[in-house]
Amino acid sequence: MGEKFSLNVNGQAHSVEADPDMPLLYALRDDLGLNNPHFGCGLAQCGACTVQLDGQAIRSCVTPVSAVGDGKIVTLAGLGTPEKPHPLQAAYIEEQVPQCGYCINGWIMTAAAFLRDNKKPTEAQIKDALSGLKCRCGTHVAILRAVKRAAAMMG
Amino acid sequence: MTRMEKPVNFSRRGLLKAGGALVVSVGAPVSFDFARADDALSMSATVKPALTPDQLSSYIAVNADGTISAYFGKMDMGQGLFVAVGQIVAEELDVPFDRVKVFMGDTATSVNQGGASGSTGLQEGGKQMRVAAAEARRVLIDLAAQKLGVPAEQLSVDKGIVHNVAEMAQSVSYAELIGGRYFNVHLDWNGKYGNPLYAPGKAQPKDSKTHTIVGQPIKRRDVAPKVFAQQDFCTDVKVPGMVHGRVIRPAIAGAVPVSVDENSLKHIPGARVVWNQGFLGVVADKEWDAIKASQQLKVEWSDAKPPFPDQAALYNHIRKTPARKREVEGKQAGNVDDAFDTAARVIAAEYEWPFQSHASMGPACSLVEIKDGHVTCWSGTQKSHFARSGVAAILQMPEDNVHVIWTPGPGSYGRNDADDAAMDAAVLAKAVGKPVRVQYMRNQGTGWDPKGPASVHQVRAALDASGNVIAYDFLSKAFSRVDVDTNGSKPNDTLAGQLLGVDLKSGDGFGIPAESYGFANKRTAWEVIPPLLDRASPLRTSHLRDPVGPQIHFASESFMDEVAAALDMDSVEFRLRYVKDPRDVAVIKAAAEKAGWQSRPSPRRDQTGDKVSGRGIAYAQRNGTRVAMIAEIDIDRRSGKIWVRKFTVAHDCGQIINPDGLRMTIEGNIVQGISRTLWEEVKFDNKNVTSVDWLSYPILDITETPDQIDVVLINHPEIAPSGAGEPSSRPIAAAIANAVFDATGVRIRRVPFSPEYVKAALS
Repeated sequence: MGEKFSLNVNGQAHSVEADPDMPLLYALRDDLGLNNPHFGCGLAQCGACTVQLDGQAIRSCVTPVSAVGDGKIVTLAGLGTPEKPHPLQAAYIEEQVPQCGYCINGWIMTAAAFLRDNKKPTEAQIKDALSGLKCRCGTHVAILRAVKRAAAMMG
Repeated sequence: MTRMEKPVNFSRRGLLKAGGALVVSVGAPVSFDFARADDALSMSATVKPALTPDQLSSYIAVNADGTISAYFGKMDMGQGLFVAVGQIVAEELDVPFDRVKVFMGDTATSVNQGGASGSTGLQEGGKQMRVAAAEARRVLIDLAAQKLGVPAEQLSVDKGIVHNVAEMAQSVSYAELIGGRYFNVHLDWNGKYGNPLYAPGKAQPKDSKTHTIVGQPIKRRDVAPKVFAQQDFCTDVKVPGMVHGRVIRPAIAGAVPVSVDENSLKHIPGARVVWNQGFLGVVADKEWDAIKASQQLKVEWSDAKPPFPDQAALYNHIRKTPARKREVEGKQAGNVDDAFDTAARVIAAEYEWPFQSHASMGPACSLVEIKDGHVTCWSGTQKSHFARSGVAAILQMPEDNVHVIWTPGPGSYGRNDADDAAMDAAVLAKAVGKPVRVQYMRNQGTGWDPKGPASVHQVRAALDASGNVIAYDFLSKAFSRVDVDTNGSKPNDTLAGQLLGVDLKSGDGFGIPAESYGFANKRTAWEVIPPLLDRASPLRTSHLRDPVGPQIHFASESFMDEVAAALDMDSVEFRLRYVKDPRDVAVIKAAAEKAGWQSRPSPRRDQTGDKVSGRGIAYAQRNGTRVAMIAEIDIDRRSGKIWVRKFTVAHDCGQIINPDGLRMTIEGNIVQGISRTLWEEVKFDNKNVTSVDWLSYPILDITETPDQIDVVLINHPEIAPSGAGEPSSRPIAAAIANAVFDATGVRIRRVPFSPEYVKAALS
């Protein structure tokens, strides 16, 4: 039934056996045991499943595992650690952003790719870059504070 | 191991003197000799007393390392409640905050304090933890007095160490006194479970003037685990042998399966069908296979009659349907009907609010394992103790054999789909004999969660010839807030129970405006109508954040502005003229001052062109909390699009435990409330709900976020804390509606204020 796929996730090589059409999300969560990306909609509408593939923020819930190829996947856990946090992670802690926190992958993984490529963005640019991501608890104001803080840290 | 075959009586002191280790097997019935109840040593026990509300050990434990465990029968939905509870416990015990760990909502370690409910986390839950911690400190001092041979009055506590104030070197730590053992102290329990549970000891809590930890902006410790992906949500829990389940809902609400072709799944490894009456689900070893199975299973459904009216007819349906129940609630005054007969002028208006969905960030998930006659359920439910009752009932097992482990879910704002998921997982786990993890799909999370009720509100005021309000009459007519109950303790309140054919018991309830307008004649009432579909309805209604508060206060506070405008009065001045409660007056004044409110009547008459701006105020109470807020908006008359540029909120919830947590809670309420006001409406056709994802149930986008939310916190350390999780939700829609009127002179009386609706209203 399944085919074998090699996945490079957070710098480690993994092998999974799966249907080619199975979304990457389930390979990460169920086969590799990574709880970072979450199932929010399965429709690429919310961002809860976001990971980076070769540096680009993608929605793993609609990305077939067969489409990943030898691309390098980074999840939230691979972005930084408590000892070496990504500026966005540090800013999120400083600003105490999340409430339920289930949406966090979308905002941080998308903003990380955006801030890497856009130094000193305006608030409007930040909002545009994050448009479409969902946060149901309504932490939008805190998210913007944190992204602006991280942008300043990343200079 | 010493195995106790039958109940044994023995003396605590004798045992302690004997000095030998006693290990009692779990569950062995043991009763102590309480003859020495006054003896300090009898206040502790080696074996944990029964987990009952009248035992101090049910709330507080001192661990061997001197840390404190606080067992809390409520839980945090992301606003940092557990930090505030930790602060209260640390304060009363005189230990550093970092030494307290709060364990929430686990039915094996906490008593039923009602779960997350009605913004009572601190109001009721914190109150109980405060008296429990105070009693623990009293007992610890008594133990220290005995140990040190010094009267209790001569002892003080600093950082968990009890000192003799006359000779500070003489000291003993909490850990040395009781660490690793348990309190064995009875509390004066009021016999109630849930939110009203209260069980004080003999100790008086501290005077708020002496507080040093309560009131501090201590940060949450769950943020770092979340940003480093180290926290497990209930969606992340796995157990050996677990399979994945999905449930299948009908295309026409009310239809039930009449034939199911299991062969249609034979190409999917491990796929199994669970079908019992209206309940239909599948399991498979792999999650993706379970999803495919749920999509590919061939099912023939019963020929159900489409149960719903046209959506356009919803509000007329509410108006014309005979009420199932009517209640006049609150403080009534005078004789309203007589006063209207004498009125020089009557102002009347009607407001409409749609069904709304919790639309939690992720659809609900639950894992249930049934093993050796015991059930373990991992759930993001807001009410784990009640969920235990529900799971036990649907599995026909004793409650004592069910353990619900609350694990943070993908967002929760009331009675969402979490309790349904727990029941579905239980049914599937029992049927297949394996642990089953169920997660709903997005269309089920939005389409099939219990909805916030749709409503119509009829309001009128009588004015005398001088323009005084002499009578006020407020009536809500609506679907019930408790068509299904606010918790999952009874199968009839869950989809699984309803699909399995249990007897239905739809509840009646709504509410009235909470304010202090001192009109001489006043009547506030509500009527509820039956649900559109009795059984397993995607439009069944229950509690959604600040249940019925946004609806009611959209109407009542919009209407106050309508009266003020009719009298050509400034909206703040109008409110201050009639509002009686001093704390209400204070929040209104504080909001107006912070926002730089200039006195003038609405609407503005100085704007031309398509882009106009306005401001609006609204205020409300909620169970002791007062909140006033001012919305400042920009509106494009051509597109009908509203941007809420700034919100100013003045908030008084009595004593503030943690100002930063409170501020963030209010910010979240404001953004979510703007979303509900501008965008949120559950759409449906004759057959079913058609709001099934984020396109068909849009919420506020980050590009629409206010530039500024100013929060004025009014602290009353002398007043016990009331709630903050919801009160600031309720005046938001009215504040925005009043700002739209101020900007345009047009009154919007129906939520949501979508661009299409506003544009049509303006043209």
